[in-house]
Amino acid sequence: MGMHYDVVIIGAGMSGLAAGIRLAYFGKRVCIVEKHYVYGGLNSYYTLEGRDFDVGLHAVTNYVPPDVRNAPLPRLLRQLRLSREDFDLHPQRFSEVRFPGQRLRFTNDINVLAQEVAERFPQDADNFHRLLEVINQYEDTRSDHPYRSTRQILGDSLNDPLLIEMLLCPIMYYCSAEEHDVDFTQFVTVFKSIFCEGLARPRGGIRTIINALVEKYRSCGGELKMNCGVRCINVAGDRVTSLTLESYETLTAEVVFSSAGYFETMQLCSDVKGDPPPDEVGRVSFVESIVVLDELPANLGHEATIVFFNDAETFTYAVPTDRVDLRSGVICCPGNYEQHQNMPEGLFRLTWLANYDRWASLDEEEYAAAKDSCREKVAQRGAQYIPGFRDRIVYTDMFTPRTIRRFTGRLNGAVYGAPKKLRDGRTRLDNLFVCGTDQGFLGIIGAMLSGVTMANWHLLAKT
Amino acid sequence: MGDLQVKKIILGIISTVAPDADLSNIKGEVRLRDQFDMDSMDFLDIVMELRKRYKIEVPKEEYPQLATLDGCIEYLRPKLEAVAAI
Repeated sequence: MGMHYDVVIIGAGMSGLAAGIRLAYFGKRVCIVEKHYVYGGLNSYYTLEGRDFDVGLHAVTNYVPPDVRNAPLPRLLRQLRLSREDFDLHPQRFSEVRFPGQRLRFTNDINVLAQEVAERFPQDADNFHRLLEVINQYEDTRSDHPYRSTRQILGDSLNDPLLIEMLLCPIMYYCSAEEHDVDFTQFVTVFKSIFCEGLARPRGGIRTIINALVEKYRSCGGELKMNCGVRCINVAGDRVTSLTLESYETLTAEVVFSSAGYFETMQLCSDVKGDPPPDEVGRVSFVESIVVLDELPANLGHEATIVFFNDAETFTYAVPTDRVDLRSGVICCPGNYEQHQNMPEGLFRLTWLANYDRWASLDEEEYAAAKDSCREKVAQRGAQYIPGFRDRIVYTDMFTPRTIRRFTGRLNGAVYGAPKKLRDGRTRLDNLFVCGTDQGFLGIIGAMLSGVTMANWHLLAKT
Repeated sequence: MGDLQVKKIILGIISTVAPDADLSNIKGEVRLRDQFDMDSMDFLDIVMELRKRYKIEVPKEEYPQLATLDGCIEYLRPKLEAVAAI
């Protein structure tokens, strides 16, 4: 028999590490098992040809200035016994939502957005203020809200359908596992995190946050096994009895937390046969081009931090029938955060909705060709938004839904997990809980809060 | 164990749980949650730190006794003395 722990956590991403810190700090014997050889999960990092990249970081949402105490970011830092300096967050300059014939600018001050709405959609100025009040008073952290369609609620609150689409676009791109619509509770959480609180970035990228978490976890006495995938979650009756690792080593634990995704975790259970229900597994995935330029974007006249754009008559947030949908997307410029002017090269991240099946069915040769063709199209489209873009490219890396599946094990490369969230983290097994994406707190801060909250609810508040 | 010593222990815990709280003007009779803008997560952490540092268990029904600094001193003194005696 192998080692025994109070808690084994599957996955060394944001949520797993945060849960691990809480549990280890309060004296539990904890082991995190991570399949990959790098920490971070869906928000990891890598180095290619001497350049450091983040896997997917656009923005740390939920940013608030140091004097604010009651907000997710300070609450999380207190819970993890970390300081603001540990995350080294620097706020955005400004961001934009661009649709045909209309644009909305926003900053980390909600009044800027309210002002923009008042100027560009005057007939909705008062309605928008009323909507803000509803959002501010909504208790989105409660776990018992029934599903409500955001489209319907916005349709009842605002007159101009264009404004509705322009508000939905950033929220959907930054959180929605659901196509076409989003649950109102999630909408409120992410609206607050982007528009009422704000966007920021650590100067060192996601590494800064991950390193702070790993260091804290280790200093609390937590154990971390890398390159250590789980082969099987052994189940007897209503309980997990042990974990069999890829190495055929066995671990036992009183409680298991999994951040691998709900259906991905269930597929590991010894008593589960067959595939998960296809209509319940997440399908929303992305292609992202990470483009290095020999000039800083601000010197090319591109000063926005993030641009959410849509060129089509109607905005469609759904899995495309083609490999990629180039009609809408997100352009992130990490150099356009405050205090980021020392970045050695210009960097853009361009994100588009993608279809997993269309990428997964290609053989290696076709896949390489598809990436090349996609890279070319992205360069063309990027040039529409970034002046001088095409001639300054020195390097491009790209991930597809297939890359996400390969490195994170997420079914369909679905970065936002399954549409239906398990807010209380419970599964059908008494001692197995999910944290992270499928628990439903989203974004970087949200993912960490998910781990913290699950640790508090299911272990710490109990004993 | 003197009031001052117990108070010091409690302030040590509060400054861990809420490092940005200004403890220089702490009032004995005002609820800690109101004085330092603490939420239920912070409050739970006071209980957790007591367990971690001094192996003191506070049952849920006795949480209200920790609401103020004065309450904490009165409630925790015998428990801390018992721990110190071991």
